[in-house]
Amino acid sequence: MKVIHEGGGELLGWLDPDEARRWMTEEKNRGLEDKRMTISEAVRRFTKDGDYFALGGFGHVRVSMAAIYELIRQGRRNLTIAGKTAVHDIDILIAGKVVDKVECAYSFGHELRGLSPAGRRAVESGRIKVVAEISNAGFQWRFKAAAMGLPFLPARIMLGTDTFRLSSAKIVEDPFSGKPLCLIPACYPDFAIIHVHRCDKYGNSQIDGIEIEDIDLARAAKRLIITTERLIDEEDIRKDPGRTAIPYFLVDAVCEVKYGSHPGNMPGLYYSDEEHMAEWLGMSRTEEGVREYLEKYILSVESFEEYIQLVGGEEKMKLLERIETLEEPLKCPWAES
Amino acid sequence: MPVGRELKITFTAVELMACVASRILEDGSAVLVGTGLPIIAATLAQKTHAPNLLIIFEAGGIGPVIPTIPISVGDSRTFHKAVMAANMDYVMGCAQAGLIDYAFLGAAQIDQYGNLNTTVIGRHDHPKVRLPGSGGANDAGSLCRRTIILMQHDKRRFVEKLDFLTTPGYLTGPGERERAGLPSNTGPYRVITQLGIMGFDDGSKRMKLLSVHPV
Repeated sequence: MKVIHEGGGELLGWLDPDEARRWMTEEKNRGLEDKRMTISEAVRRFTKDGDYFALGGFGHVRVSMAAIYELIRQGRRNLTIAGKTAVHDIDILIAGKVVDKVECAYSFGHELRGLSPAGRRAVESGRIKVVAEISNAGFQWRFKAAAMGLPFLPARIMLGTDTFRLSSAKIVEDPFSGKPLCLIPACYPDFAIIHVHRCDKYGNSQIDGIEIEDIDLARAAKRLIITTERLIDEEDIRKDPGRTAIPYFLVDAVCEVKYGSHPGNMPGLYYSDEEHMAEWLGMSRTEEGVREYLEKYILSVESFEEYIQLVGGEEKMKLLERIETLEEPLKCPWAES
Repeated sequence: MPVGRELKITFTAVELMACVASRILEDGSAVLVGTGLPIIAATLAQKTHAPNLLIIFEAGGIGPVIPTIPISVGDSRTFHKAVMAANMDYVMGCAQAGLIDYAFLGAAQIDQYGNLNTTVIGRHDHPKVRLPGSGGANDAGSLCRRTIILMQHDKRRFVEKLDFLTTPGYLTGPGERERAGLPSNTGPYRVITQLGIMGFDDGSKRMKLLSVHPV
């Protein structure tokens, strides 16, 4: 195949397919074992400084904020993040000085809420670097290639653009049609953390609603931490196996963390906490505000349960449940100024 | 024509943009939407002339009944009473296979060929303003049949040369999308701003004025 163009972005998380197979064969445990542990143990055992990682969900939807706070508390440094629609997750990780490199599909923004003050400041000042650009489908298909054990997947995206020029993809002549085709390199993150609605102690996981990129991400990641709203019995999994989104043999750790996506949305359970998002977006306008936020909600807090108390406890979570089920109207303080 | 005044209706430029955008969407077509103005336009189309408009979100929501404006294109509102809660792979695969007719995009900069920048103002390695990046925009602009761009009309945004080409329009002119390998019969269709509607010349693929809004 003739290579027509090569992207100049840093190639992150790629493995030779035989090296990737070796990892999967030797490191992924196919035994049915109880993998329950605390979030602090999971983060200590399966993440390390300098790793390249990806988070499940969609930036502020079904995202494991509990694990993100733990990465900050344990002082992880020099991590590179897959900015695959990274929103509140990356914002907090940049603020917590965990992340200093980004492969960017979508980062430094808060979707309808606007741009992120903390993320923008970090990248515009040069404190963190964007080392590659990509698109959302690009990330999805990087994970899919890895999930399939392939070195790349072809796609008809990024062609002709600067997004490609700064990506780690290559453009070749398709040997079938003769047309230029973009080859998206496989991506095996060192670790991934995915928050799910429920799973059993082995890691068999169910997700309600859209799966975003998590089916393939779970298969691509070298290490996978599952945080779950609720633990269920293996029997409940086996009663309805069509519901299993992530099977146990992909999973390294299972951590039960109720409300673990707060202040993000957990579809069907609770909507995003826009009051808290407004507080963060307001405070993160200055570095002093960022430090104050981190101290108040993350560093001086020992557990996620304690954090939930701090942000309003059961009463707040019940309100977010009613907003999720449309029984209560949504108020967005960030839209008022 | 002073339509608004004759009917004694007051409306904002943004409301007008949503109305104009909604009218482009034919009944029975499929549209990839973002949150904000695009979902307002698509919902308006469904409630007026296009009850069978298929709304699709990139994160996996297919055919939802939108209860309130989603904050994220992946939040629970995007698959409320949907026909399917799928995933990014499924939706982007549908787009690549030719099943999505329209896509809405926004941009910080646009050029005469409808190429878009949502990545950076200034140099990439030394940004003046760092924007979020492609997200699903490059995919939508590459794979959907017709893209509709909704943006503010001003000199800083309508530029001779983009600081960064995030999402392909007609690239450098006629035939360039196909030469780059992008699917045939795709590309920018309309640019809707607070001032008017632009289309693209069939021959030159350059943007041209179609109409000025009556305000």
